[in-house]
Amino acid sequence: MNWSNLSEFFAMGGYGLYVWGSYVVTFICILGEIFLISSRRRTLERQYGLINGLNKKEIKNETTS
Amino acid sequence: MAINWFKYSSPASFYSLAGKMVPIFVFVALILLAAGLYVGFFVAPTDFQQGEAYRIIFIHVPAAWMSMFLYVVMAFWAGIGLAFNTRLSSMLATAIAPTGAMFTFIALWTGALWGKPMWGTWWVWDARLTSELILFFLYIGFMSLQAAIDDPRRADKAGAIIALVGVVNIPIIYFSVQWWNTLHQGASVSINQAPAMANTMLTGMLIMVLASWMYSIAVILKRTRIIILERESHTAWVAELQKKGAM
Repeated sequence: MNWSNLSEFFAMGGYGLYVWGSYVVTFICILGEIFLISSRRRTLERQYGLINGLNKKEIKNETTS
Repeated sequence: MAINWFKYSSPASFYSLAGKMVPIFVFVALILLAAGLYVGFFVAPTDFQQGEAYRIIFIHVPAAWMSMFLYVVMAFWAGIGLAFNTRLSSMLATAIAPTGAMFTFIALWTGALWGKPMWGTWWVWDARLTSELILFFLYIGFMSLQAAIDDPRRADKAGAIIALVGVVNIPIIYFSVQWWNTLHQGASVSINQAPAMANTMLTGMLIMVLASWMYSIAVILKRTRIIILERESHTAWVAELQKKGAM
């Protein structure tokens, strides 16, 4: 084990800013990419749902009229 | 057993196959990430020269490798799409670009944060750093060019030209530390000599490389599925999928 306590772990031998600056930004990038992909997917599903809904309405209109 | 591989070159069958594969790659990526971070922070010893600052390597090297590797894969599929007019290949290339750009950014960012304490500077215009920055611009150029062209098939072709021309930059990045006198150190791992680091450090780094691979595959497959749906919304198979509620 390299670290005897938590504050030593966060200090990273005086290089904390550089080490954690690297890791934190990397995880922000990854989470950001995952978020962008999921929201792109959700938008797409909404659009498809909209088309689907319109189709159903059309079918209904056709049958009632 | 004869597998008809061409079956998966059709967007419809690729779509469902990729959908099944994404969760597997996500799962493996998470396990490898946990293992890599554990080895990187708790097993690998302190470096006798660089102290704890060297722990940036567990992100920096995998990100830099992925940035170059993904570019080659992107150019390959873009080239196949250009040569054989296969839609799916071009969609794959388009799906790879953002992830490649992200890894290039991470490589540059972590490199700066590593350079400051070790070299005393965030950035130098040496061959390795400059060519990696050019790689970042190539990804951005590919994405903005494709975004600027409305017709997807024309965007594919234009993007393929940029991607293929830019491949020349990859060996320049890789060999820059040998060809020129750079501030950046030489390769830490190479085929014909023993790695220049302790075993546990190397293990941690390689696990993180595998984790980045799995992550990239998962994200790229997911993005390809979205691009397929965006482009094939007019087709019968998408309508069928939607009716079944299996989108």
